[in-house]
Amino acid sequence: MSESNAVPKPLPQLEGLTGEFYGFCKQGELRFQRCGSCDAWRHVPREMCAECGSWEWSWQRSSGRGRVFSWTVVARALHPAFQPDTPYAAVIVELDEGVRLLTHVRDLAPESLTIDLPVEVDFEVVSADVTLPVFRPAGA
Amino acid sequence: MNDQACIVGIGETAYVRKPGSGMTELGLQLQAASRALADAGLTGRQIDGIMPFPNVGDAESFAANLGCENLRFAAIVHMGGAAPVASLQVAASVVARGDANYVLIPGGWNGYSGARVAQTVSQDLRSIPGGAIARDYYLPFGFTAPPQWYSIMARRHMHEFGTTAEQLGCIAVAMRKHAQLNDNAVMNGKPMTLEDYLASPMLADPYRFFDCCLETDGAAAVIVTTPERARDLDPHPVTIVSAAAGQPYPADEITNRRDIFRTGLTLAAPEAFGRAGIAPSEADFAMIYDCFTFEVLQQIEEVGFCKRGEGGAFVENGRIELGGALPINTHGGLLSEAHVLGINHIVEAVRQLRRDAGARQVEGAEIGVVTGWGDFGDGSIAILRR
Repeated sequence: MSESNAVPKPLPQLEGLTGEFYGFCKQGELRFQRCGSCDAWRHVPREMCAECGSWEWSWQRSSGRGRVFSWTVVARALHPAFQPDTPYAAVIVELDEGVRLLTHVRDLAPESLTIDLPVEVDFEVVSADVTLPVFRPAGA
Repeated sequence: MNDQACIVGIGETAYVRKPGSGMTELGLQLQAASRALADAGLTGRQIDGIMPFPNVGDAESFAANLGCENLRFAAIVHMGGAAPVASLQVAASVVARGDANYVLIPGGWNGYSGARVAQTVSQDLRSIPGGAIARDYYLPFGFTAPPQWYSIMARRHMHEFGTTAEQLGCIAVAMRKHAQLNDNAVMNGKPMTLEDYLASPMLADPYRFFDCCLETDGAAAVIVTTPERARDLDPHPVTIVSAAAGQPYPADEITNRRDIFRTGLTLAAPEAFGRAGIAPSEADFAMIYDCFTFEVLQQIEEVGFCKRGEGGAFVENGRIELGGALPINTHGGLLSEAHVLGINHIVEAVRQLRRDAGARQVEGAEIGVVTGWGDFGDGSIAILRR
């Protein structure tokens, strides 16, 4: 978040399925792959369904609602671009669809995080091309 | 499938931090390998198999320096810190089949004076399993390095089972206590109390500074051969009773595991004990890959030394210290001896079973367990016997 960072934060490479995932984020939509045969949701993007072996799938819109599964509060970033943000929490959110996502929870101090805290998706523009899915406490 | 092979040579360099080893990473590993050869009573010419640690060496360079002019087998197991013990598994099969007679397993690095974790993990995607997944889905959120990856599991364990910071501290304190009996341990002469542990700063909460292993310069090596050849070198060689490895699922992505405590070791441990016909309770000691404290607790559970969820209570009251029911990492481990990629755990297990561990000898040691942990939870285990 520091504008004066000498080292830029790493960004995803917008290729293939990852490009499609973040493309939806840029439109303000959180979408995951869903199997066309057994209806299983999945994340991160995969070529085929590991549950049933099907190659049929589509991008389905998530409810954007989920709960905090676990997190770590990073005090020493081990990456120079993130040091100005410390302490920050890297959080796993489990969506209502069952898939989990590594993300941030905004509008909440790291010490206020709790397991199963209800959260909902929001989006943060971090570059001309990249918008990241982040979360906020539900109903906040 | 059992008792296919023995470990006949062990070698280590000095383990140092400031001002660094002053040697190349290859040079360090060659020094450890030379010491393992001398320990075994072998020459480089007899080494016809080499299994380097991933990303820190190649068989060709080892062979060219050590004079291995009869090299017949070379392979790298890509399981990060689980690689050395998984290499024991492979090497045992290789010598049993006759594909090689003497397999060298070296490893080491300038983990302190060279490129350190903070520099490599986020910038060298080859060092991360599922490198593109980490780049695209973890790094943009500042989830960049192992203490962060694993501390998220530690928190979940605390939530589900009530595991405490003090219990993680018991592990750090036990390793540090053992290091006081080991002249080559980086933390020799630097004792630590539970209060010191609790007062250390958070790095990736719930991981404190003293939950994390020591980035170290150093190398170690072991040599595997058949029981027959081993007995020609040593009347009482240390036997690899069984060894196994496994991966979590999915292995390349750490957040979407149905059961996040099901790691590679969850698969590997029952296989190794089953094949050996030995129960975890029969082990006289264990060398557990201790990149961080919680990984020790987690592996204690998945090896089957106790039930899942009971690891916190298991490590209390000195049970894992020398003199306790199950001494763990009598050399001080990665936490207090040195981070030498886990090969030092194999070396220490052999030393214990040779009854050659001096002040830190586990009395009457007959059976020892060694584990490896790597990447996003790859696991390996070997059961060794005197």
